[in-house]
Amino acid sequence: MNKKLRILVAKPGLDGHDRGAKVVARALRDAGFEVIYTGLHQTPEMIVTAAIQEDVDAIGLSILSGAHMTLFPNVLKLLKKQKATDILLFGGGIIPDEDKKVLYKSGIGKLFGPGTPTSEIVEYLKKYFKTE
Amino acid sequence: MEKQQGGKQVNKKLNKKEANAQSPKRIINETISGIPIKAIYVPTDIKTLNYNRDLGFPGEYPFTRGIRETMYRGRPWTMRQFSGFGTSKDTNKRYKFLLAHGETGLSVAFDFPTLYGRDSDDSISTGEVGKCGVAISSLEDMETLFDGIPLDKVSTSMTINGPASVVWAFYIAAAENRGIKSNILRGTIQNDILKEYIAQKSWIFPPEPSMRIITDIMEFGAKHVPQWNTISISGYHIREAGSTAVQELAFTLADGFTYVEAGIKAGLDVDIFAPRLSYFFNSHLDFFEEIAKYRAARRIWAREMKNKYKAKKQESLLLRFHTQTAGCTLTAQQPENNIVRTAFQGLAAVLGGTQSLHTNSMDETWALPTEKAVLIALRTQQLIANETGVANVIDPLAGSYFIESLTNEIEKEAYKYFDKINKLGGMVKAIENGFPQREIADAAYRYQKAVEEKRRIVVGVNDFVLDEEKIEIPILKINKGVEQEQHKRLSDLRKKRNNNKVQKSLKAVKHAAQTKENIMYPILDAAKAYATLGEVCNAMKEVFGVYKEPPMF
Repeated sequence: MNKKLRILVAKPGLDGHDRGAKVVARALRDAGFEVIYTGLHQTPEMIVTAAIQEDVDAIGLSILSGAHMTLFPNVLKLLKKQKATDILLFGGGIIPDEDKKVLYKSGIGKLFGPGTPTSEIVEYLKKYFKTE
Repeated sequence: MEKQQGGKQVNKKLNKKEANAQSPKRIINETISGIPIKAIYVPTDIKTLNYNRDLGFPGEYPFTRGIRETMYRGRPWTMRQFSGFGTSKDTNKRYKFLLAHGETGLSVAFDFPTLYGRDSDDSISTGEVGKCGVAISSLEDMETLFDGIPLDKVSTSMTINGPASVVWAFYIAAAENRGIKSNILRGTIQNDILKEYIAQKSWIFPPEPSMRIITDIMEFGAKHVPQWNTISISGYHIREAGSTAVQELAFTLADGFTYVEAGIKAGLDVDIFAPRLSYFFNSHLDFFEEIAKYRAARRIWAREMKNKYKAKKQESLLLRFHTQTAGCTLTAQQPENNIVRTAFQGLAAVLGGTQSLHTNSMDETWALPTEKAVLIALRTQQLIANETGVANVIDPLAGSYFIESLTNEIEKEAYKYFDKINKLGGMVKAIENGFPQREIADAAYRYQKAVEEKRRIVVGVNDFVLDEEKIEIPILKINKGVEQEQHKRLSDLRKKRNNNKVQKSLKAVKHAAQTKENIMYPILDAAKAYATLGEVCNAMKEVFGVYKEPPMF
């Protein structure tokens, strides 16, 4: 990587489970990414604003509250509205397979489930940005 | 002497041998929390142990062996499954199902909006209503939740913190409306705001006003709801956030001491409120470490309450605790294995002398549990209580060289953390400093690394994996109409209640927040006037402000 890739790790909604988001943020940083963590309780508007201001390459949403079918589409909608769809939107959390299918179809990047090694997320991002 | 040296030799030999056995990287000389362990323990490992000083008999100071003389022979632990989903109607049905199958206490799981003091129709609640727990926005919802359930007989635990005062008021009012007086109500509100800043993150107000509300609750409880546990000082969420066993114990006890100090500072007699403080711990994977943790917890609490805080009543010295098996150890892969994990963890809690227990359901990495899954979880407790025989002898592991040595070690390590926290100026300062938060995040990352490098084995995840696994257990779906149903209920309520009365009651809440008046009284009045959770919390926010966490990882 010539220029360090910038990743925004974000916790949307009221979900307070931030263990996963923090572990992923550290793992990405250790793997050489530049990581910005939003902290808790972000609205989709706050996340998209931060992503544009920070000029990030990707947004990783962490959702364990079951609100993924509301929050992922809302962030995506705002990215489209801001003409910022060059920013990759991916994520992780507890997302059943059937919901994943719907989200993938709408143009959301990879969604990682419980038990995923952080190395898999690192590999995914490296691959994604090399082949683009 | 000869035997003791023998022990050392065995340790040396076995450590060398085992280091090469199985996976060469696998950690075998540490507990899961990183406490060094040996292959074998011998009498010299506990040579300083003094039975009367360090253990005592069950029901006797320092209560290492248990808080009651007869323990489970006198009264089995309470089987209390944390549950809540959808609307109050959905959850009411689940409670009746659990009680009909031998559950002996209730435990309410609220959805995220409720945990943050937001109404179901608040815009930030979109997508989260009824998802992770039951949606409770008013006294009306609380009345439905407990409809037909004998509140004079059953005890209820409520996992609620930031808005604990308001939700508790809903409960008291719901009981009073049915003619049940508050002085016979039994149960617990979690009301442990310090661990919210540390780990669970469902806060509303900043630390200072939060601590004031808590002392108001302690005072109100002692006067009007004397059988209620007004704080459940919780290590559970600290552990789930990734802490070690020692961190869980040390941070939780340090939180406990902080509440005691706040009560004393507010002018309350320690023996009035301390008997109503209870604890809530995690039961994680490392079997003996967990048992030692509970024993150390009782000893430390009793000693500090007696010596430092000068409590006189025996009840003030007793560390009573609820346990929940570790949700963070459940795997999405081969979820049926979670039944076994939970059974081991439940057994550790019972051997450690817990007063009540929640056993997790196998499907909880996927969703809230189905009836079938929660029934197996409850049956697991009933098996431990009725088939294994472990409850018949009190503190059966006492005297084990290993258990006693590990109990001492955990205690020693906890005191090191107390020292660090004191140096930072106490727990509130340490939290503002981000100290416990950082320690926990470090531990969580260390554990993740150990799993990824296969130094720790997680069955079904990084070893013993099934190729092309298919999940074959049913998963609970939350009815999509919950959010709309809640919106309608709330808009109907706002129309039919006496809105003048509501506005007056909210003014009184705000007034109490600005003065030193005990805020529980106006909150209870507001609850009875059917003011909503969000309305009461907003009235307080206008005075207290809201807490913002500096993001860090």
